[in-house]
Amino acid sequence: MDAVVMWGTNARNAHPIFFHHVIKGIDNGARSWTIDPRRTSTAKFTDSWLGLNVGTDIGLANGVAREIIAAGLTDDEFIRNATTGYEEFVAFVEPWTLEHTAEVTGVPAEAIRDLAHGYATAPTAQICWTLGITEHHTGVDNVQSLCNLALLTGHVGRWGSGLVPLRGQNNVQGGGDMGALPNKLTGFQDVEDDEVRAKFEAAWDCEIPPKNGWNLTQMFEAMERDELKAVYVIGENPADSEADVKHARAMLEKLDMLVVQDVFMTRTAKMADVVLPAALGWAESDGTATNSERRVQRMRAAVPPPGQARQEIGIINDLAALMGDDAWGNPTAEEFWEELRTVSPMHGGMSWERLEAEGGIQWPCPTEDHPGSPFLHGRLWERPVQGRRAPFSCVEDRPPLDVLSEEFPLRLTTVRALDSYNTGVQTSGYSSPIRSGEALQVSVVDAAALGVVAGERVLVSSRRGAIRMTIGIELELAVGLCHTTFHFPELADVNQITSDAVDPKSGTAEFKAAAIRIDRLDEDDRAELDERVGAGA
Amino acid sequence: MNDTPVAVPTTLVEITLDGEAVRVPKGSTILDACRREGIDTPTLCWAENLTPVNVCRVCVVEVEGSRVLVPSCSRPVEDGMVIATDSERVRTSRRMVYELLASSVEMDRADREVHEWMEHYGARPERMGKRSEIATVAQPVKVQDDLYVRDYERCILCYKCVEACGDDAQQTFAIATAGRGFDAHISTEHDVTLPDSACVYCGNCIGVCPTGALTFKTEHDMRLAGTWDEDIQEVTTTVCSFCGVGCNLELHTQDDRIVKVTSPSDHSVTHGHLCIKGRFGWQQHAHS
Amino acid sequence: MPDLYFSAVDEATDAEKMAVDEAISDWGPVTIRVSERLVTGGRARARERRHLLLPALHALQRAAGWISPGGLDHACRVLEVPPAEAYGVATFYHLFTHEPPAADDTIHVCDDIACRLVGALGLIDDLRTGGHNVKASPCLGQCERAPAVMVQRMGRPDLTVTATDGGTVRVADVAVAIDSGVSTPSVTVPQEGDPGLRLLARVGVVDPTSLEEYRASGGYQALEASVALGGDQVIAEVTASGLSGRGGAAFPTGIKWRGVADQEGRPRHLVCNADESEPGTFKDRVIMEGDPFSLVEAMTVAGLAIGAEQGWLYIRGEYPVAIERLSGAISAARSAGLLGDDVAGSGRRFDISLRSGAGAYICGEETALFNSVEGFRGEPRNKPPFPTTHGLFGEPTAINNVETLVNVLSVVLAGSAAYAAVGTERSPGTKLFCLSGRVNRPGTYEVEFGATLGDLIDLAGGLTDGSRLRTVLLGGAAGSFVGPESLDLPLTLEATREAGVSLGSGVIMVFDESDDMVETVRRIAEFFRDESCGQCVPCRVGTVRQEEVLVRLGRGAVLDDERELLDDLAAVMKDASICGLGQTASGAVRSALDMGLLAVIAEGIEGGGQ
Repeated sequence: MDAVVMWGTNARNAHPIFFHHVIKGIDNGARSWTIDPRRTSTAKFTDSWLGLNVGTDIGLANGVAREIIAAGLTDDEFIRNATTGYEEFVAFVEPWTLEHTAEVTGVPAEAIRDLAHGYATAPTAQICWTLGITEHHTGVDNVQSLCNLALLTGHVGRWGSGLVPLRGQNNVQGGGDMGALPNKLTGFQDVEDDEVRAKFEAAWDCEIPPKNGWNLTQMFEAMERDELKAVYVIGENPADSEADVKHARAMLEKLDMLVVQDVFMTRTAKMADVVLPAALGWAESDGTATNSERRVQRMRAAVPPPGQARQEIGIINDLAALMGDDAWGNPTAEEFWEELRTVSPMHGGMSWERLEAEGGIQWPCPTEDHPGSPFLHGRLWERPVQGRRAPFSCVEDRPPLDVLSEEFPLRLTTVRALDSYNTGVQTSGYSSPIRSGEALQVSVVDAAALGVVAGERVLVSSRRGAIRMTIGIELELAVGLCHTTFHFPELADVNQITSDAVDPKSGTAEFKAAAIRIDRLDEDDRAELDERVGAGA
Repeated sequence: MNDTPVAVPTTLVEITLDGEAVRVPKGSTILDACRREGIDTPTLCWAENLTPVNVCRVCVVEVEGSRVLVPSCSRPVEDGMVIATDSERVRTSRRMVYELLASSVEMDRADREVHEWMEHYGARPERMGKRSEIATVAQPVKVQDDLYVRDYERCILCYKCVEACGDDAQQTFAIATAGRGFDAHISTEHDVTLPDSACVYCGNCIGVCPTGALTFKTEHDMRLAGTWDEDIQEVTTTVCSFCGVGCNLELHTQDDRIVKVTSPSDHSVTHGHLCIKGRFGWQQHAHS
Repeated sequence: MPDLYFSAVDEATDAEKMAVDEAISDWGPVTIRVSERLVTGGRARARERRHLLLPALHALQRAAGWISPGGLDHACRVLEVPPAEAYGVATFYHLFTHEPPAADDTIHVCDDIACRLVGALGLIDDLRTGGHNVKASPCLGQCERAPAVMVQRMGRPDLTVTATDGGTVRVADVAVAIDSGVSTPSVTVPQEGDPGLRLLARVGVVDPTSLEEYRASGGYQALEASVALGGDQVIAEVTASGLSGRGGAAFPTGIKWRGVADQEGRPRHLVCNADESEPGTFKDRVIMEGDPFSLVEAMTVAGLAIGAEQGWLYIRGEYPVAIERLSGAISAARSAGLLGDDVAGSGRRFDISLRSGAGAYICGEETALFNSVEGFRGEPRNKPPFPTTHGLFGEPTAINNVETLVNVLSVVLAGSAAYAAVGTERSPGTKLFCLSGRVNRPGTYEVEFGATLGDLIDLAGGLTDGSRLRTVLLGGAAGSFVGPESLDLPLTLEATREAGVSLGSGVIMVFDESDDMVETVRRIAEFFRDESCGQCVPCRVGTVRQEEVLVRLGRGAVLDDERELLDDLAAVMKDASICGLGQTASGAVRSALDMGLLAVIAEGIEGGGQ
């Protein structure tokens, strides 16, 4: 790896062990940039920090693309043979001059130029991203705009180069691989493909609905329309984690039937008609997890689950039996896996035995003598390219939907702390000496303008609601930008004020860009609050 | 352009190891060569997931043509090198290193092999003088939070924790060697407490400590209560649940309870290192 | 650099901030423009600036009289160094303190072996009684005018206070120096005006602060000649001259230079090791105080020869006068175009950065010196790799002692043949020796190689009245004791090697029959215990155990009971230590043991002798 771009990711906090590897690369001489509205911990390790305006990632990517093209730094052979739509793309990004891009993104033109040239001329280069890219109403477009950069320069499908989305949970990738997606069957095979369905129907001896299902956003819309009346939630806490939690809670409330299968008594579980206590995946269950690099690894039960909790395989087996299917029997994790291999070609070569012996194997691994694949898309370098060529995408820069106004002049973005995880369900109970609780971080300039001081309780409002929070002042924060974690819903129910905009393509909410205002509380109000917070803590 | 890197064909160099001519890959250390050839070699400051600092000197060997003994952990083999791993000089130095350490440091919780080697070389630390009459690193244990315990009277100053906190893994640099000579010690800046320092509680320092100077509070408490029993503990390898990186966890369990979490040092993702969530997140479940 | 965390409760004072900012200002700020949404810096930039840590720490100590938590945090912020690491560096050096100062002035009094002979301990008592803030110090490099005092001052330049004309420093002398802010003037050399002098010819004769006078007395002719010769030819001459290192290891200088010059395409460095800290050694100080331009010129010749653009002069912090003179000489040379982007019209760049140590003998070890310059703890590195390929900043480096470098001027000016015409075949040229202890005229002497130990003692006026020679410490604390039977030993590399002793840094410290040798040897052991960096076990614990044995002997323990332990300690320190400090820490003790110096005195004690 000769260059690495950390785009919309604070991996230092959210993916610390992955970032160890990035630092090694930097120390070995790789050039490095961080693109983030904040000068994060991650940014401090890289050669340059480019502090763009929240939600202008596509603009920046388009500007970088135009500069790469204008400077003649494209990989023409790759573009000619492995991509489509180049001419159209060139014309599309033409308006994105350095000056225009600088104006839109707030990043100085020289820095954009440096990124474009550094990325394009590096022999190998990677772009890594996380939720700073995807938690926007343009999330999918954001990703495509980054893909464009890789296609322009041929930084894909080769050792040391590539596009690296970092997964938030240990088995997000595996969940998708297994078919826990509305439009895919196991092994990313299309639900609406008749041949695929026929294969699965033969293997499973059942009929599979021929239409794609709903994604999470669509499910809530369906609840709104009263089309969805019963929900079985496994290991998810939408009553706390949805962007517009008020709406989500209302929808869950009005269901006819809510079943929650979880390790914890979450807010969602508390609303449920039936709670199925589950064993912890990583410590109390046998199975596999697939990480961000598509590495399938074994999870093993080390301790028995408490009380009535059970391994989820067992719960689902029993449910199947109660629903009248006697053919399931009581398969083990290994038996499940071995069946999976027969229907998912990309897992075909990963026997249970190999997973035990080799520790981890990266898919695709079609046959038992296949070593697994450290990277994807190598086919783009075959001549002629086998299969579909990679398309350039002409994606428009569209600012966040929750626009700044006189009433809501500040941009709020959500971030993650090193020692906490998502809504805190799994991390609030251990005693972390570095936990500082929730605070709304504001810039020095904004704090002065508002007349607030660090530690002061304030009212934070958005178009959706208002909550009380404690102010923190951050030296290096850009003017007009605020941020907070959302790990402590008990202290500050941040998702009550975050944006309810979603990306229609992915269903992901725009957590990264809300418009807010901050109001001081009068003294009585503050005293009352301090007392309440003190008692609650 | 589509090929993954294949192993570079290794050049072999010929060396003489304890009288036997052997061929080992160029670039390997003398220690690598010893292990390859089945020659047991003691180490203290060496670990497979850390850059060798060669400070403990217990792995020294005699190399023909070298005025002094050389640390096998860091010296690469060279063609024609003639190495003796069990000469009188080697034995004396190794024995003395153990005697010097054991006379100044509490070694009772050091890895088992340390004690086996001390016996092997006939170390007699007591001949340095009575503990009360000679310099030692005896001092009170530091318990400053709910996760870590630092018991520096067990510290042999192997630098492993500093390496793991700094350049070799975590890059936090919360601790460093301070002071000089016999007063050299591991410290935060101005000896501020760990919660006041840059420490992010990844536990990687504890993971590499060979002598029990750094322990998890859970282990410390169980030891105080007399319930810590490594002989009945089991270790299960699984995958951490706190992000998508896929760190392997080794769950150490005793009586169906997790008592400690480590990571395999040869795992391609972690190289033995974890973050605070992977290292301590389990306590959520232990406490609930 | 990392996501740093700062723990100090109190902020740095304005004085501390200004001092740090000024100390590092020459090297430019890190590009931080948060307001413009761009920061250029990161880990690579922080690494490039790490070497400014030591100057920043000096600035803090000078400004506030200690390294305060707030001050350290400020330095760490601007240099992006983790505070714990910076604290580790700061606590490595004796001249940095970590508590608020008890007084504006800290008086360091040398209580090392030479000064101890002439009343250092009494002086310490007297100063303390007089209300001064006193610290006992290892050798301050002023043995020819013992006992020596160095005053470390808050907000003002440090001072050297020494005896003059054979007198002894009194409390009043220290007070006068502090009031006036003037160091005791440098003494000249006993051989002043001797036409045979090569290295010391200008000392006491030519104004050390005047570039003009230096040039008028033949200065900078060697640089001119070497520019005309070209680097390869200069190296060839140095090689042909047979010049070898004067720091103790006696490695052939030309071969070292050739090795570095051959590393083409990589940045190269020339380092002058002026961290003269071996107890009993003060010869380099005499050159640096008395003829600073000669060192600057010699470094320039060397730098150009090996293809280095940057020279580093690392001088021990206890030499305030030499530091001032050298800083002045470097500035004057730079102004005159003799350093900088176009050295003396050669079209080549070379400049010198002066770095001062802060009280650590180990930093005279070459790789420890590199770490010290780089802003890390002065812990030696394992060798190989050697400095020639992996030196300062991991880059090819020629590191030479002051005396070695100054010899180069004679080689270039006179040619290798003329240079080698004096001395012996295998030890060509002249050598500086530091005579101290029980001689009439202690001082730095320059003689042709081949002079015997006896010749040098005679040159120094022989033993003081009523003294009978007991033993000579040859080569310093890392050297060995020799007896009267060695007076005929020619002090050449070959003869000393054959005799199993070492010239080391040229120390000849003379003891007579009245001197307490067990105490002297114990002080040497204490020196190594205090100066061990603490990195490797054999030295860190071995030096402690060795001193403990000597303390026990001093209290009447039976030598035979301790002999096996002393042998084993010597074996492990010599064989398994990382660097020369540990490897030689038992040398003097062993030689004293072999000569019976310990046994005899021990018997004396048993007989109620003390």
